[in-house]
Amino acid sequence: MKKEKTSLLRNGAVQSLLASLLCILLGLLVGYIALLLINPAGANGAILAIVENFMTYSKSTAQLRYFGSTLVKTAPLLMCSLSVLFAYKVGLFNIGAAGQYVVGTGAALYCALGLKLPWFLCLIAAILAGAALGAVSGVLKAYCNVNEVISCIMLNWISLYAVNMLLTLVKEETSPYTFTLSSTNEGAILPSLGLGALFSKNQYVGLAIPLAILTAVLVWVLLEKTKLGYELKATGCNKFAAKYCGMRERKNLILTMAIAGGLAGMGAAMLFLTGFEQWQCTQSAVPAMGFNGIAAAFLGGLNPIGAIFSSYFIQHITNGGAYVDKTMYSSQISDFISALIIYLCGFVLFFKTALNAWLNRRDEKKAEKGGGGK
Amino acid sequence: MILLLQYTLIFASVLLLVALGGCFSEHSGVINIGLEGIMVMGALGGALMMKFLPDSTPAFLMILLVVLASLLLGMLYSLLLAVAAINFKADQTLVGTAMNLLGTAAATVFVKAMNTAESVDNVSSTIQYINAKKSFLVNIGGFEFNWFMLLAALALAGAYVSLYKTRFGLRLMACGEHPQAADSVGINVYKMRYAGVLISGMLGGLGGIVYITAGVSEWKFENGVAGFGFLALAVMIFGQWKPTRIALAALLFGFFRALGNVYSGFDFLKALNLPAAMYNMLPYIISLVVLAFTSKKSRAPKAEGVPYDKGQR
Repeated sequence: MKKEKTSLLRNGAVQSLLASLLCILLGLLVGYIALLLINPAGANGAILAIVENFMTYSKSTAQLRYFGSTLVKTAPLLMCSLSVLFAYKVGLFNIGAAGQYVVGTGAALYCALGLKLPWFLCLIAAILAGAALGAVSGVLKAYCNVNEVISCIMLNWISLYAVNMLLTLVKEETSPYTFTLSSTNEGAILPSLGLGALFSKNQYVGLAIPLAILTAVLVWVLLEKTKLGYELKATGCNKFAAKYCGMRERKNLILTMAIAGGLAGMGAAMLFLTGFEQWQCTQSAVPAMGFNGIAAAFLGGLNPIGAIFSSYFIQHITNGGAYVDKTMYSSQISDFISALIIYLCGFVLFFKTALNAWLNRRDEKKAEKGGGGK
Repeated sequence: MILLLQYTLIFASVLLLVALGGCFSEHSGVINIGLEGIMVMGALGGALMMKFLPDSTPAFLMILLVVLASLLLGMLYSLLLAVAAINFKADQTLVGTAMNLLGTAAATVFVKAMNTAESVDNVSSTIQYINAKKSFLVNIGGFEFNWFMLLAALALAGAYVSLYKTRFGLRLMACGEHPQAADSVGINVYKMRYAGVLISGMLGGLGGIVYITAGVSEWKFENGVAGFGFLALAVMIFGQWKPTRIALAALLFGFFRALGNVYSGFDFLKALNLPAAMYNMLPYIISLVVLAFTSKKSRAPKAEGVPYDKGQR
């Protein structure tokens, strides 16, 4: 019995799960302390609002509907987190998921509203746009030795301004928002597959959610079960060794960034092609989706399947932030909590090492005792 | 033209301060991606100080206190990176990224809470400091001289001397090149790395307050500092981690950033009829191009980004 317990704690997946839960708990705790400091009177209510999200509604139909809305935004977040974790597995820090998401939005919406293409072409356009942007960072890294973090940040801002310019062509006269899909090109809306009906007729729920989960599984298969995945990871571990083994390390770098970019771009299409949101052409900050993807990727223990759950959690508290009492707090409190969670994820390695060291010591002591008894 | 010069100098000052900060941190062996968040925090400290000091405060005292507040908050915030990266051997890129997000989010939450506490209807994320800002400016024949420009120049001189001419600086750089060797001659690598990160926090924080007071309008904290921390890192790489070259790089980048503010004052630029977004993109595009050409023969400190482990060979 005892032996079994030890081996369970030593299991990598269990350790990751424990570490993630610890990050969440500490993140929420610090968030709660911040709320207390700002205004002690409403802190309990606010932290509950964040954790409850759609469950604040008393009617089950409303709950279901807003659960659907959370899921609609979980799909793109999951894609962004897959993008980040895929690149990270290959040793690249894709902070450019945000920019790839932005160009994906630009491509999807322009194809839908400007060129009036059907949804699957818009989706493909978004993937290609994201992949192209990712590849730029990859090429810069492979051939010019430019740190991918810096090139990605620069590209984030460049793509934001470029997409703002592009989408101004398809925006409404009187507002900074792009046309709605339902009024301009219904064929570009992702099919609902009857899923919307399950969520109290939330018409935005549809193909995107199963597609995102399927992609997560595919990413897992690609990374763990294929030769390509193995080569990419080997390149990430040591590109000189990979080169020595006859792998084309430059091609692998570029390919990785392109795949990561494609994932983020696809995520953008999954949100904007539902018609859930319109793009604001005067936007002056890169959307948070890509950055939250980093949180979700690390919180999920850098595992595609873990990312499904962590993405949902991050989106859950982000949406929950909208329900805090605005007379006391701002909705950014949930950004604050997810940023804290990312920061805490930096300590996961330490946590695991410490846990293993503790287990070793305990085993040693046990062995000593056992030896003395005999 | 004077306006262009003025904006170039002020933006160059920001980039110079922050890039020097990055330079100290990287020379000690810690990559500081979190400069952006540190800038926001420093800006918050300075802005709060400006808000709460009475307008009648003498200019010298005002400058001193605002600068101290920014330095202090930036430094405190950089402790987050120092503890995680040096003591807990965390992934420096991850922690830095988290700090960027955390800085903006925390500052926004704080400022908004402060504003709503003053009046329930006020949900903006700005701090009022227009009057206090005047202390920093001296008008010389149409050119608005900003005391921060002088501070940046002093920081440059200080960085040059301390890195190359003092025992401290040479030891610091040894820790970024080969920490094991440095340790073997009795240098405390952990202490040196703490020093590097904290200095970068101070300079980054100072850069933050300069940045938010550089523009005409009030600064919205929810926007963060629009990638300036990263531009500063690009400046640092272009400057090959050497203070004097960093200064030249900062001038170049500052110029392109300034163009975005004042291009409408030039007839030939106006005649080109480019959209404003083009000018906004310019500094980022230039930095990408520049990085593409200069990163190949990079002179980065050899041990940067690698957590120091005493037991390792």
